Amino acid sequence: MARMPVQFRLNGTDRAVFVEPVETLLGTIRRGLGDFAPKFGCGQGTCGACTVLVDGEPRLGCLTLSVTCEGRSIETASGLADGPTLHPLQAAFMEHFAAQCGFCTPGMLMAAKALLDRNPDPTRVEVVEAIAGNICRCTGYEPIINAILAAAQQRGARRA
Amino acid sequence: MLEFRKDLFADERDDNLNVIGKGEQRQDMLGHVTGRTRFFDDHGFDGLLHLKVVRSPHHHARIRSIDVSAAERAPGVKRVIRAQDVPVNKNTLLSLIGFGKDDEPTLAVDKVRYKGEPIVAIIAASDAEAMAAVKLVRVSYDPLPTVFDVQEALKPGAVVVNETYPGNYFEYHDKYDHQKLRFGDVEAAFRTADHVLEERYQMSPIEHASTETNGTIAAPETNNRYVVHSCAQGLFFSLGTTAKILALESNRLHFIGGTVGGGFGGKVDSLTEPLAVLGAILTGQPVRYVLGREEEMQFGSPRGAERHVIKDGVMRDGRIVARQITSYFDAGAYTRLSSYGVVKCVAHMPGPYTIPNVRGDAYCVFTNRVPATAMRGFGVTGLDFSIEVQMDKLAHLVGIDPMEFRILNAYRDGDMKAHRRVAHNTALIECVQVAAQKVNWPLSETARRASSLSGGGGPRAAIPPTVTDESGRIGRPETRQAPPQLTPGAAPLPAYQPAPAVPVQQPAAPLPNYPSQPAAAAPLPAPTPPVQTPPPTPQHGAARFSSVFTRRR
Repeated sequence: MARMPVQFRLNGTDRAVFVEPVETLLGTIRRGLGDFAPKFGCGQGTCGACTVLVDGEPRLGCLTLSVTCEGRSIETASGLADGPTLHPLQAAFMEHFAAQCGFCTPGMLMAAKALLDRNPDPTRVEVVEAIAGNICRCTGYEPIINAILAAAQQRGARRA
Repeated sequence: MLEFRKDLFADERDDNLNVIGKGEQRQDMLGHVTGRTRFFDDHGFDGLLHLKVVRSPHHHARIRSIDVSAAERAPGVKRVIRAQDVPVNKNTLLSLIGFGKDDEPTLAVDKVRYKGEPIVAIIAASDAEAMAAVKLVRVSYDPLPTVFDVQEALKPGAVVVNETYPGNYFEYHDKYDHQKLRFGDVEAAFRTADHVLEERYQMSPIEHASTETNGTIAAPETNNRYVVHSCAQGLFFSLGTTAKILALESNRLHFIGGTVGGGFGGKVDSLTEPLAVLGAILTGQPVRYVLGREEEMQFGSPRGAERHVIKDGVMRDGRIVARQITSYFDAGAYTRLSSYGVVKCVAHMPGPYTIPNVRGDAYCVFTNRVPATAMRGFGVTGLDFSIEVQMDKLAHLVGIDPMEFRILNAYRDGDMKAHRRVAHNTALIECVQVAAQKVNWPLSETARRASSLSGGGGPRAAIPPTVTDESGRIGRPETRQAPPQLTPGAAPLPAYQPAPAVPVQQPAAPLPNYPSQPAAAAPLPAPTPPVQTPPPTPQHGAARFSSVFTRRR
């Protein structure tokens, strides 16, 4: 089948790429555009390691076809920091020991960012729900939940 | 949360530690949160090819024929790798340290021994093309009878799983069918025990399920070398294994790794490195071989299933006087690391308890299940589960609180272990005391005042006369002289011949039946306070818990 052109914005930069009609967004971002932050864990939408934001909404890169992203804005963990300045979530993940092997971290951060962008002051239960689709085999989740709550608190303090 | 209990063993420890007990940032954390950490698959290569594997749909079958002609002609296919393309197509992981015989092919030759065993590798321009070509390979099989149960596999006449080990057991020191531990005389102690309890414990295999699946990218480098991006937990182990299988000088392999997306023991087997490098050699291009999640779950080695049969003799006052453990490790079709797990298991018998009569036998058994491997404490955790459930049952049987029952039987410093080493740095009593305190579990005064530092040694340090056979050896007179040899085409030989009854030489000394208990370990509840021994002379540094920097005591 013929390859198709797709244009979208990746972490603020306009990108154009030719894709197979069946190519996943995860494959295009990683092998097509060289941003290796989102990971392949299962290819079945169960582990969340491939989570990216499409127009601000969390999406599973392994189940999203690239051709459906024409004209969208895609965000990955590579674009979270503002130059050398870490996003509050990144700083909180560091401070709260919210990563061990680090493989789930890029997906976890994007799920958390989607939550805080629409709900700056989430409850613990809302945090747990927001990352319910992201599997971490190392930490036992507690440090991750604490980090997301701490990041929300810090952003709230900055606004106040 | 980490808690540093400085009230325990305070006189034996320096508190001038710089890192332990304090928070310390991981050096790799910044890479993790910025998405810059590079795992094996996070490397781009021009002309990257993809490798997929044809796997056995049978648990056990003879391969009659393999037809790859359609696959070779399929779109995008660059190369088909057969068993005869693998330079050294038989290996066992621990051969690098001289432990065990080569027993596992990289690609199956004449037989498949578990469902999912690799047979043919296909390298194509894309994942999808490789997967499509895999479906075009025609393999004709003669299914063979199977064996899935460890004890069935050891019976005479059982199906032979792996011809390298025709008895279906790993051969320790090239002749022994199991690992053995003997201390005292369990049979005599069972006869005089107030209660004897025998229970069987069975685990399932456990998949590590790390979020990153096993995989490798290998690519031609300069100077006739190959760069290998690997997820291996033991990078140099994987390098050595790959060099051996491919008959390459190891300095032609440039392994890059150490960044592992979750391992837990599931990335020690070098499942993908040899084929990926072979693919790069044969195609001259970068080759990526990554297990899918289904492959990882079904065919990546799990923690093996263990079966432990524990028989204990216990007195009414709570003292365990005899423990017999028979353990069966399901290695699956090939050894991988199971032989080592069995050694660890026997080293852990009979658990952290001072028991004067111990008998242990552990078998590493081959079945037609997926080969098992390492996983976090393998060989020990399954046995510990079994022992601790058994301890609860024993406590219930004699009507003693389970926490107090453990304190009563725990190792204390100076006690003789069944392995004939004196116990040092013991801390089970203190662990139980802290655990009880945390959950407000009431302990008697005697149990609260018990200490690992006192009450041990003395008669508890004695090595009891141990039952031996006529030739002065423990256990059976001849543990199987030589394993049965298989000749090609011959019917499987009887795999397991029970040894004749062992003439037991009665020890001359009186039976070691816990002669004199120190007061501290007296039956509970006992009004006698424990003997207060002065604490040992403080040693420099964290000597008590360091077996690395101090001489073996």
